[in-house]
Amino acid sequence: MKRSTLFVGQLLFTLLVCAFMLVPVLMSLLAGLTRNYFQGISSGLTFEWLVQVWQAYAPTVWLSLQLAAACALCVCVVGVPAAYGLVRMNNRFSRAFEELMVLPVAMPGLASALALLLTYGQFGEFRSSWLFILVGHVLFTLPFLVRPVMAVMQRQHLPVLEEAAASLGAGPIRRFFNVVLPNCRAGILAGVLMVVTLSLGEFNLTWMLHTPMTKTLPVGLADSYASARLEVASAYTLIFLMMIVPLLIALQAISSRLSRGEKR
Amino acid sequence: MGSQVKAREGRSCLTLVPRLRPTAAWALAPAAAVLFAFWLLPLTHLIVLGGQSRDGSDNGYWQVLSSAQYLGSLAQTCMLALVVTLAALLVGGVSGVFLSRQRFFGRSALVALLTFPLAFPGVVVGFLVILLAGRQGLFASLGLELAGERWIFAYSLTGLFVGYLYFSIPRVILTVMAACESLDRSLEEAAHSLGAGHWRVVCDVIVPGLAPALVSCGAICFATSMGAFGTAFTLGTRLNVTPVAIYNVFTNYANFALAAALSVVLGVLTWLVLLLARTLVKPSRTVL
Amino acid sequence: MTGTTIRLEGCRKAFADGTVAVHDLNLTIEAGETLAILGPSGCGKTTTLRLIAGLERPDVGRVMFGDSDVTRLPIERRDVGMVFQNYALFPNLDVAGNIVYGLKVRGLSAAERNKRCAELLELVGLEDHGKRRIHELSGGQRQRVALARALAPRPKVLLLDEPLAALDAQLRERLRGELDQLLRGLGITAVFVTHDQGEAMALGDRILVMEHGRVAQLASPREIYQQPANAFVASFVGNLNAFSVIERTTDGLKVSGGELPWNCTSLPTTVYCRPEHLRVMECQGHLRGRLVGQFFQGAQSRLLVDVGAAQPLLVDSAEGVIHPTGALIALAVQPQVLFTL
Repeated sequence: MKRSTLFVGQLLFTLLVCAFMLVPVLMSLLAGLTRNYFQGISSGLTFEWLVQVWQAYAPTVWLSLQLAAACALCVCVVGVPAAYGLVRMNNRFSRAFEELMVLPVAMPGLASALALLLTYGQFGEFRSSWLFILVGHVLFTLPFLVRPVMAVMQRQHLPVLEEAAASLGAGPIRRFFNVVLPNCRAGILAGVLMVVTLSLGEFNLTWMLHTPMTKTLPVGLADSYASARLEVASAYTLIFLMMIVPLLIALQAISSRLSRGEKR
Repeated sequence: MGSQVKAREGRSCLTLVPRLRPTAAWALAPAAAVLFAFWLLPLTHLIVLGGQSRDGSDNGYWQVLSSAQYLGSLAQTCMLALVVTLAALLVGGVSGVFLSRQRFFGRSALVALLTFPLAFPGVVVGFLVILLAGRQGLFASLGLELAGERWIFAYSLTGLFVGYLYFSIPRVILTVMAACESLDRSLEEAAHSLGAGHWRVVCDVIVPGLAPALVSCGAICFATSMGAFGTAFTLGTRLNVTPVAIYNVFTNYANFALAAALSVVLGVLTWLVLLLARTLVKPSRTVL
Repeated sequence: MTGTTIRLEGCRKAFADGTVAVHDLNLTIEAGETLAILGPSGCGKTTTLRLIAGLERPDVGRVMFGDSDVTRLPIERRDVGMVFQNYALFPNLDVAGNIVYGLKVRGLSAAERNKRCAELLELVGLEDHGKRRIHELSGGQRQRVALARALAPRPKVLLLDEPLAALDAQLRERLRGELDQLLRGLGITAVFVTHDQGEAMALGDRILVMEHGRVAQLASPREIYQQPANAFVASFVGNLNAFSVIERTTDGLKVSGGELPWNCTSLPTTVYCRPEHLRVMECQGHLRGRLVGQFFQGAQSRLLVDVGAAQPLLVDSAEGVIHPTGALIALAVQPQVLFTL
């Protein structure tokens, strides 16, 4: 039947795409655990590469985690009020501001990093500290918190809730903490997970902004791809994947819960 | 107060009572400060720097626009980004529509797995390409088995293409699946009722219906591919794409003006494409 | 345009979750006839339409167009015209583009397409609207474009899924008349689904009343109204008054509130009559009760009269007299309008 050949064709095509996406990842996972990649699995499975990677590159993992946490905190402090402001204003100015906010993401990361370097590079202390990288991460991840939080705020008809609180005598600060924040929890959570994931994996900006003292995980990965054994590089990649996959799963779960709540 | 309320109800319910507006401006202040200090200011500095010259040679922009090498790398980057976008739209489009319309056990898990690569940094994707198509890669062994010679294409533009495709396809699949949910099935049935076969319906109803989503997603894929650095870096800095050129010029030659100019030109090109995509999508009105 | 006979033989359709939408349906629609499929939601009327269209395939049974078995043919090969409930007009094409789409698929030349488009625009009264975009049209205009689009390829069968449901009451009335004229003029076999009994009776040559996936009655509107086959049809199409018979008297039947004239020898348990057949009398009548409700509906008034039975009687009176609530009302009825089921 003509219809079923079409179905089979599409199915095979989709399976091919899935294979393309998943096979290299599986290969990488396996390579990180194999004793000798060139001999294949027959040489046996081992954790020695993971241990070696940890001994050599542990500081990068800690720095990345530190950066991700700091980035999430900064983005929350800066971004949640910003989302609130943008939703309340809802005029040409706020739309222009949204455009501006998205630019660091839309434009090549290299350009932003270069700009930062050339402008602030001369402040030695700042330049060589991890805060320099933090600035880059905050710029890059800000829209990924602000957008979901804005979406949640709009869905909850926040302005109306606020007006109700105002009519009962609540001032702006109290309204923000009693009405706005509690109702956006899901959006903030989703945004924070996204920010953490992006920060852990950020390379374009970080490569330009880092120093040998401030190496993050992706920077370390790039080093190991260039210089180390395939097994070591794979094990390092495995550690990276182990860090972000749980985050991604949590992200999926929360966003599906959010969209289900929306349907209600 | 009564007239205020009436005036408000005439407009959208999201506009402010004047009394509450100052809060909004204050709320935006920290974000505005961060963006201004750490992006707007440096960017202006960058644009200005690109116009400066070093050691009496031409200024940065002129160097870029008059050099065959840099123009060539810009053209190559654009070309690559374009080809990747089109390929990703095609591949992701077909798979996305299929996945959105079929229901089978493990479907949501499969979709989740397919979209995880979105979070991989470019370097990891580069590494995966090496595992697939590098000297000791899957295709190398496959080629050895089937044809007696290793199939190695990781370190060329083909490898870069494969890498860019790798992180573009999930984005398209996600977007297409979401857009498919909101497609009006009765339009397809109407087209069938008028005699259109399957491919006709795809061209006349499904693609126009998905077009806005495809265009905006394509623009994002293009922008990402234009600015991608990590993948090219891992696969070898000899590849002639503009982000690599910027890195080389900055790090190896310390020619800040040239690097600045190249970055600005790359940024402007990317921004123009995004703007174009937005003007294409906005005027289209979806009815019913 | 002449129509085709449509026959459904023993068709059954069940859905993935096990619910049977249509049980063992046998139906013959004559060429050129307009059939209205009427019923409450979930009765299987839309499924039946989709089976005829080819959008669904019956699990068991056959669908015949004339002498050919079209069961295996998908809708694009059945040469039917279909008007969808929300019109399903293509937003990326203008009015003319929508109308000629079926002709384009069949490969007609541009000249032929334009000629046919002009014909149809005139037929549905949208002569200068060819270049308009869909979103600029009103509901009634969209409905006409949907109709023109379905008719353009000269199909043998026209199928309409609740064609007037999305329109407001006055527009619906007007378009109903136009649709009626159109269908008669074309001589095409038409099947439409509706939950509006007024529409079914006005437009249908015959009505198929469905209940829970089965045929309740298939007959002309007059028959369905005056000789309903069972209680469901009787109460679904039009309103009904039910009288429980207490005992037989010399010339009638004793019921709550009075005595109904009855000429037959049989002694039914329940006797029915329509509200418009109960006449309000000045003083004397077959029935007597107290007025408990009154609704002025323009052309007529609906009175609720309590005669001591479980439900008050429904009386449709064209007199426009306002009775005080609680007043004693006398009602008369002719024996020939009473019926049993």
